[in-house]
Amino acid sequence: MRAFLISLVALVVITVGSNQILNWLDFSAEQAAVSEQNVRLD
Amino acid sequence: MLRLIAIFALLCSLTTAAAAQEATPDPRAETGGAQTLEDILRRQEGLAIDDEFRSSVTGDPDAAAPTSEQLGTRGGASDADLWRAYRYDSADITTQARGPAVTTLIQDRGVWWWQFREGPLLQYGAWLLGGTLIALALFYLFRGRVRIDGERTGRTITRFKAFERFGHWLLATSFIILGITGLISLFGRKVLIPAFGHDAFSTIAEFSKWVHNNISWAFMLALVIIFVMWVVHNLPDRTDIKWLLKGGGLFGGGHPPAKKFNAGQKLIFWSVILLGGSISASGLALLFPFELNMFAATFSKINAIGLPGLLGMEALPTELAPHEEMQYAQLWHAVVSFVLMAIIFAHIYIGSVGMEGAFDAMGSGEVEEQWAREHHSLWVDEVVAAERKEGSA
Repeated sequence: MRAFLISLVALVVITVGSNQILNWLDFSAEQAAVSEQNVRLD
Repeated sequence: MLRLIAIFALLCSLTTAAAAQEATPDPRAETGGAQTLEDILRRQEGLAIDDEFRSSVTGDPDAAAPTSEQLGTRGGASDADLWRAYRYDSADITTQARGPAVTTLIQDRGVWWWQFREGPLLQYGAWLLGGTLIALALFYLFRGRVRIDGERTGRTITRFKAFERFGHWLLATSFIILGITGLISLFGRKVLIPAFGHDAFSTIAEFSKWVHNNISWAFMLALVIIFVMWVVHNLPDRTDIKWLLKGGGLFGGGHPPAKKFNAGQKLIFWSVILLGGSISASGLALLFPFELNMFAATFSKINAIGLPGLLGMEALPTELAPHEEMQYAQLWHAVVSFVLMAIIFAHIYIGSVGMEGAFDAMGSGEVEEQWAREHHSLWVDEVVAAERKEGSA
């Protein structure tokens, strides 16, 4: 069952890591969809 | 005489005024300037109507009361004026929101999505999962566990190497957690809030969403690993037909020959790859809102081959608001996930309690030789032949 345990560790690493990477890239739905200033729509 | 002339002049002026009114009749006089029955009927028939009578009535800034006065101005526009301006796209709007969806202020076609999500999706999804579990329980009761028929040899064969098992478990554990967290999101309002209350569910939902969004990358990575490792062994061949015709030997009649993966396992593999790939695509569309719009383009292709007509349906919509793209992505994501969950229930059953010796393949990776000969006889022949070749070399 070593492969199973390693996969669990990998699961946690990938889950936390992907979140950290997206944060590091400054990506979030808020970042992508909200402006600090008012913008006028065309 | 002077009186007669005055009366004549008065009659003439009244007649002229009446004639002038008849010359320029106001068609909406009876409705106070609003739309008429004729307008409504024309719109119901899909005919164009002249909307000028209301599209231009969007407020008059010059008529606004000064801001210095009590109950001062909002720019000379009433609520109705403002909504008309939204409707006819003449409102001067500023916002802090950006992105494609921001230009769609009202999207009333989302109502059917919400009703479907809260009703049939939950109902049929629950039936599918519950029905599958009941069917598996009944199968176990009537068929019992598939035993190793022959005598155990005491020897084992390596069925899956460590990296294969790692890929399988990465996919399996991520899918199970995605399934649980997805069901929490889907059934939260109907089931969990009444059971635990809003505050508790808020915490559960927030954690569940974070896990669901971020663990999805492990699922997608594992899907790629599994595909690369096993696609060669899962290409269909003649042995699959024989295996399927014998029902995999589940109902007696001996064990049909099979290579590394039998036809049943191949069906599971391709279900996981195709449905899992589709769930991943729709999941990415939900992870990155409004960035990956796939449904309008897909519907166009489906319409082009005439599929809706063959099924007696109207053509699928090809002009979708950004929100509608997200709504279709959510429904597709959920529906395909339900189907894959039901398939995986059967996979888990046969890989654990349903078949003696099967779990070892993914547990230790070593399987009893007799089990391998019964369920994967052609694969055992290949392994033995390869070992002999190595031994003689």
